[in-house]
Amino acid sequence: MRSIRTKLSIAGIVAALGLVLSGCQGGSVGSSDTIVVGSQGYYSNEIIAEIYSQALEAAGYEVERRYQIGQRDAYVPELESGAVTVFPEYTGNLLQFYSPDTLATKPDEVFAELQEALPEGLSALAMSSATDQDSYNVTAEFAAANNLTSIADLAGVSGLILGGNAELEERPYGPMGLLETYGVTVAFDATGDATVEALNSGVINLANVYSADPRIAEFGLITLADTEGLILASNVVPIVNSALAEELAAVLDPISKALTPEGLVALNLRSVSEQLSSAEIAATWLADNGF
Amino acid sequence: MDIIREAWEWLLAVEQYQGPGSIPQRVGEHLYFTVVSMAWASLVAVPLGYFIGHTGKGGGWLVGLTGSARALPSFGLILLLVLVLGVSNREAAAVIALVVLAIPPVLAGAYSGVQQIPRSVIDAARAQGMTELQILLRVELPLSLPLLLSGFRQAVLQVVATATLVAYVGLGGLGYEIIQGIPLRRFDQTFGTALVIVVLALVLDAALAWATKVATPRGVRVSTIGDVRARESLVQPAEVPAPSVMLGTK
Repeated sequence: MRSIRTKLSIAGIVAALGLVLSGCQGGSVGSSDTIVVGSQGYYSNEIIAEIYSQALEAAGYEVERRYQIGQRDAYVPELESGAVTVFPEYTGNLLQFYSPDTLATKPDEVFAELQEALPEGLSALAMSSATDQDSYNVTAEFAAANNLTSIADLAGVSGLILGGNAELEERPYGPMGLLETYGVTVAFDATGDATVEALNSGVINLANVYSADPRIAEFGLITLADTEGLILASNVVPIVNSALAEELAAVLDPISKALTPEGLVALNLRSVSEQLSSAEIAATWLADNGF
Repeated sequence: MDIIREAWEWLLAVEQYQGPGSIPQRVGEHLYFTVVSMAWASLVAVPLGYFIGHTGKGGGWLVGLTGSARALPSFGLILLLVLVLGVSNREAAAVIALVVLAIPPVLAGAYSGVQQIPRSVIDAARAQGMTELQILLRVELPLSLPLLLSGFRQAVLQVVATATLVAYVGLGGLGYEIIQGIPLRRFDQTFGTALVIVVLALVLDAALAWATKVATPRGVRVSTIGDVRARESLVQPAEVPAPSVMLGTK
């Protein structure tokens, strides 16, 4: 589904291996002024991490960058051990990591639950309004033909095939949630990384695409409104070492405030269409937003 | 270890054996891709390997092709082919990627199986008045069978392991349970399914080992050390001392 994410996840695994190998020397945290900023093997995440890094440098911190660590199972232990001090995260997805069966969906609920769920030593700073979360999308033609604007409108449509990552089948907002909350019956097809292509080629007619994916705009997909709050909100949030939470908040809270949902899509679009480095994208964004 | 116990409990739970997405269904999907891919790979590689081995033409080219095809990352190839052929042809895309993976060992097995037959044996067959077709069917085919089947076995092992990846493009198989289990942090499901794949691979390998033994003419059996020496004595009679030949006849 997130093709940039998967293309880079291989690089991420390689990078993670490198980290494991070099990790032995890396250790001491908190003792010096060096802030270690990490990122997932997802390019959009690296851009946000780079924005944090540059902002921290501008505030006088020494920053060490450890990008492309990979997936949560790879980097969360690094965060918990203190080897990485700052990490851009997503409230909903991180909450699911700590409590897989969570029923919270609204941004504030999710954020509150996340603060409870985080282990000792980790703190969530203020979350951004920018989200990168699951969203249900249809093609413009399909939306016009069936008069669709919200998920609820799907209730009268037959022959729906939902495509997405394999785990969506089991998520509370997946096929079961669609039926319980909206009375919408769908068949499921685990189209994975080819979800957008599958939607465009008609193999599926309903696609779960992450909301900050530039392809939603590129292909003119229609994101159906989640009027009942079925889908787990996932706002961008800096996760930091608790010992440094207060001082880092002074630098990172204004960033989170300035980063909007549209702004995040625009950042992703620049990486996809202009092929710019995360450093260039981050520097431009910081300058444009008056930092 | 907790994870082993949990995986074991997951494997024993009755839900895994009924309804959609059950283990038997996933094993069926997995075997489907394995069998279809091996069939296509054999269809291409066996005649080609025999042709090259029989005529002795194109051996160096074959080595190059075999080496480079083995270096292709299957995951990347599947995704690339899905994008090139379109999602509606994803099954063909996955099969092509697995066929590409399976061809080199089968081809090498067929080719080297024929090539290792001493020229004197083939010349003897020709001297007895066999036609080229008879030489192929009655001499080259049986004598090359052990190496061909060992190449085939190697290919099956690789394909059954790699068929795990077809789940990434929504084609099911045992890989589905793994790629679904990781993000859901259901490690019992992930580990349990990995065990099923291991067992499936071992069972297929054992079945093929048995088939190799049964299908191999007695004169070229390689099932015991003595037999290997006996076969070597067939290949290089002058160099093998008499006692090993006796060992082979025990």
